[in-house]
Amino acid sequence: MNSSVIIFPGSNCDRDMDVALKKFGFKNKMIWHNDTELPKSDLVVLPGGFSYGDYLRCGSMASKSKIIESVINFAKSGGLLLGICNGFQILTETELLPGALLRNKHSEFICKNVFIKINNTENNYFKNIKKNILELHIAHNEGNFFCSSDQMKNINDNNQIAVFYCDKDGKINDNSNPNGAFNNIAGLFNKQKNILGMMPHPERMIDTYLSGDDGSIFFQNLITNLK
Amino acid sequence: MKISAIVTLKKDVLDPQGKVVHQALNGMGFNNVKEVRQGKYFEIDIDESDKKKAEEKAEDMCKKLLANLVIEDYKIIGSQ
Repeated sequence: MNSSVIIFPGSNCDRDMDVALKKFGFKNKMIWHNDTELPKSDLVVLPGGFSYGDYLRCGSMASKSKIIESVINFAKSGGLLLGICNGFQILTETELLPGALLRNKHSEFICKNVFIKINNTENNYFKNIKKNILELHIAHNEGNFFCSSDQMKNINDNNQIAVFYCDKDGKINDNSNPNGAFNNIAGLFNKQKNILGMMPHPERMIDTYLSGDDGSIFFQNLITNLK
Repeated sequence: MKISAIVTLKKDVLDPQGKVVHQALNGMGFNNVKEVRQGKYFEIDIDESDKKKAEEKAEDMCKKLLANLVIEDYKIIGSQ
């Protein structure tokens, strides 16, 4: 399985993602934002970080970078496109995913482990996943998902909510919502479910000695589904 | 021609920065402040002498990059 991770100036989870993808069997290539063509890929990842220093709005400058046209074409032809954290913000700025990520409700940069509940398993990312509540890491200032009521209706009608913030028992409520996101939304699909954007970082949870292992479950499941 | 444009969060969008600024103003003794909303101001120098054309270009820039219309509104507030 071939994967590509796009590097923007200011990306800082690109190498973590590279390590994670290779650990679970992907042949990964790192692609610079000024390139115009993607290599043959089964998965393209927009990594976390602070692309272009978060200037203007998080992800806005990256959404206009040279490589993005190829990324959009790849996703529109059904390719798997995963955006983590800043990658999720870039996906909303390119309008590949609906809504926007606002500043966290309590004006704090949040850096901690959270639990997420998988809402939809009819896709390559979560099909047959062995746990439906995962403990993953978040680290962001703008993760407060917002959308218009029309967009929310479409999201619900098309079953596009990928993951919710929850507590360790899977309860989805205000107490388990770290940043004020609408309906505890932590991650979204596009209508076709080949594009996934989420704030939590599975690539930070692939080593039990360092953090935890639930990211391993995500990547192992993903590559198994793609084989 | 220099075009001035502002981008502000839509009314129903939470503005935590504005809220913190409001709290700081209260702490400084400005007790009659009802609300603070924070936005962005752009000065765009366009090589175009026709005011209407320059404003149209700036509006296009607002729609395509300077504002995210899901959460923000824009307004051209001046040209000189």
